Amino acid sequence: MADVAVEQPVGHAEFEPSLFQTYSNKIGMWLFILSDSLTFGAMLFAYSYGRISNPTWPTPFHSASIVNATVMTGFLLTSSLTMVLAVSASSHGNRKGAIRWLLATMFCGIMFVVLHVREWIGLINEGMTPSKNPWGAPQFGGTFFTLTGLHMLHVTIGVVVLGVMVLRSMGKKFSSNDIETSGLYWHFVDLVWMFIFPLVYLMSTRIV
Amino acid sequence: MSNDALTGTTVALEHRAHSHTPFYIVWGVLLAITAVEVLLAYERLQPVRMLSILLALSIVKASLIISWFMHMRYEVTRMRRLMMAALCVCLVLMCVFFPDAFRILNLGVK
Repeated sequence: MADVAVEQPVGHAEFEPSLFQTYSNKIGMWLFILSDSLTFGAMLFAYSYGRISNPTWPTPFHSASIVNATVMTGFLLTSSLTMVLAVSASSHGNRKGAIRWLLATMFCGIMFVVLHVREWIGLINEGMTPSKNPWGAPQFGGTFFTLTGLHMLHVTIGVVVLGVMVLRSMGKKFSSNDIETSGLYWHFVDLVWMFIFPLVYLMSTRIV
Repeated sequence: MSNDALTGTTVALEHRAHSHTPFYIVWGVLLAITAVEVLLAYERLQPVRMLSILLALSIVKASLIISWFMHMRYEVTRMRRLMMAALCVCLVLMCVFFPDAFRILNLGVK
């Protein structure tokens, strides 16, 4: 036993190879995304359950709301494209390009949050709260605010993370791996909205 | 350099070699599917049928985002299969509650 310890060369420790042949930050982010998917999945299933089982489910979203939500969706989809371009620029070592695309992504994210907050204020002014609403099933408010609020929180955190990436890229801590990992998170936020938009907005629409 | 490091370098070089055109195409397709979803909102479909169609379209959009934007198609096969299988099984298991939603809908005086 002692002989083995003596023969081990100093500074050449052997580690088990990565399971997925990539860096640990990325695997960690994927595992977080999987767990967060189940959180959103459960909430979306609960919302859909309530929608199907309740004939008096409110349909408060009219044309203006749908146009607003569609523009929000456009901003998020565009932000995913700009994020891809930021990751691509960073992998080429193009620091200025990466910063420019990251800022574009942040702009789209901020616009999404602004439009979303405006929508929330409109609904609150119409008398909607988490426990009641003037249109029908009272659980609509609770499920709507919880689901969209959690998503808006994710978008806000994403904008902050991208801001940190911009600041790091301006300094000496530019890392294409970090930008790629934060990009994974951003795309996930976009992905979740691809379910919230149709299931929450389009399923509660009354267009006359 | 270890084999893992070499593989990682190869993958990175493959990423750099890709043009941006496919990403613009995927972005356009995602916008087009969104437009179809919005048009569906103007049709007076039954909730269950509407939900089924919207869910199917959302799954297509999610697949495009995961595959292209999140670069899952460039990861090793083992990672793709393990992660996506685990996620799909968990989400599909949640569907066991849906029959109860239909049961509640049909309750009442006949």
